[in-house]
Amino acid sequence: MIDSKEKIAKILFASCALISIIITLSILIFMIVLGLPLFKQDHLFSVWSEQWIPHQGMYGILPMIAGTLWIAFPATALSFPLSLGTSFVMIGLGNRRIRQSLYVLIRFMTGIPTIIYGFVGIFLLVPLIRESLGGAGMCVLAAVIVLSVMISPAMILFFSDALASVNPHYVKTARALGATRVQCLMYVLVPESIGGIISGFILAFGRAIGDTLIALMLAGNAIQIPWNVLDPARTMTAHIALVNAADFDSLAFRSIFACGITLYLLTAIATLFVRYLVQIKEFKSE
Amino acid sequence: MFNTSLKTLIILVCSLCTTPCFGDALKVFHGHKGNIKIAGGTAHIPVMKEAARRIMTQYKDIVITIAGGGSGVGIKQVGEGIVDIGNSGRKPKPEEIERYGLVLHKWAIDGVAVIVNQNNKVRSLTNDQLKGIYAGQITNWKSIGGQDHSITLYTRDESSGTRSVFWKKALNKGMINLKALFVPSNGAMKTAIANDPYGIGYVSVGHIDHTVTPVVLDGIKPTLENVKTGQYKIVRALYSNTKGAPSELTQLFIEYLLTPDGQKIVADNGFIPVK
Repeated sequence: MIDSKEKIAKILFASCALISIIITLSILIFMIVLGLPLFKQDHLFSVWSEQWIPHQGMYGILPMIAGTLWIAFPATALSFPLSLGTSFVMIGLGNRRIRQSLYVLIRFMTGIPTIIYGFVGIFLLVPLIRESLGGAGMCVLAAVIVLSVMISPAMILFFSDALASVNPHYVKTARALGATRVQCLMYVLVPESIGGIISGFILAFGRAIGDTLIALMLAGNAIQIPWNVLDPARTMTAHIALVNAADFDSLAFRSIFACGITLYLLTAIATLFVRYLVQIKEFKSE
Repeated sequence: MFNTSLKTLIILVCSLCTTPCFGDALKVFHGHKGNIKIAGGTAHIPVMKEAARRIMTQYKDIVITIAGGGSGVGIKQVGEGIVDIGNSGRKPKPEEIERYGLVLHKWAIDGVAVIVNQNNKVRSLTNDQLKGIYAGQITNWKSIGGQDHSITLYTRDESSGTRSVFWKKALNKGMINLKALFVPSNGAMKTAIANDPYGIGYVSVGHIDHTVTPVVLDGIKPTLENVKTGQYKIVRALYSNTKGAPSELTQLFIEYLLTPDGQKIVADNGFIPVK
């Protein structure tokens, strides 16, 4: 009896896992199949290297790839230390009142709709950047700042959960050996929860790459490779949102799938790379 | 004192009298229920909203939803049967009409005007200057009589009907500089220009209000009057498209836009009625 129940549960969970794998892979296959016409007509290379000038038959998504990288990397890089610091305060360094109010605040931040961040950005940050730093105001910098604030709550909660789940005996032992709170944090908590910290980082990076609205509202969407943070840029996600309306059979529309594939691969590579780093580290420490 | 209350009374009586009047055109909706889904052109939205508001306040069983997206979205979504009415600020292309079996309903004429921020000293341009600005040859307001500051170009995405009309009739299919910033709707364009003292963009004439300044082009102001007389050349028609013959309720909605009441909404929103 117990055995059969066990079996059913096993099959059930295995099929759940299988379905999610199938869905993930079929999305990739779906994008490749639908994007096929673009790759067939000698566009395979040009779609990733050309400019985007539809009425001259150029459907390159290179400026959008650059735009995505220009916004996603700095946003994650800016957000990571902030989030790590905040989670340190929430877990070990702050007093109880600070910790609790921080926790409530961060929880609250996760619930704020993206569009609100966008609005604040467009009415406060964009004019501020335009007046103080010059340029059009709608630029990489505006999107990076707002995006880094937006992705930080997820990272903070992930980090603090990982830090909090470290075996308390380790902490007690370290404290008994005379370690200060900061030493305890740096030499016990952080190394022990490195897996969780990395998961949080990947998750936040995925959000930064996948975000559409912030870039669409604040980055200006110009079809040009940005050269500095005050230049406007268009991300692949914003490009998909803007070109979505084009004729289904047109190459412009097909380029959406090239964007989709690139986004997919970019996230996959980033995830694999970070996991690989973790494995090396774990291997070494064993 | 007496005077004001008398005035109030008169206004009250008048409004009571007019309510059944606009009920007259709305009467045809009596006894109908259902949904009308509308999407597409963003120039159309103010008129759609007002018409929908009037219908829905009188007849609670009718639900009308209005979404934007741009002309391309409107044509595509109605063609694929996602919405009942797909609005477009340009005439659908022959191949679009053929493929989806679209039926076009034209209910207004609209101009596309170049706009700048209220604080901009530049209030008129020649067509060549406009082309130069959009091509990226003229990059500073100073060279056309404004402040010494770089010009920020704003444009719309390719699916926009407003863009396609502006591109054809104002820029003569000239180049739009790759530095131009993209905004996704007429409303977003207005907000962007209203907030950017150095911006230049273009919107449907119906969307112009006190927050932005329309630019006189080749000596002709983009007013309703000049659009009507044909002096202002950057004009287009506003269409509501359906896939084949529309359902009864959708048909009634489109007919309502063409009634005197409907055409008054059109005129009140800064467009030119077709009837």
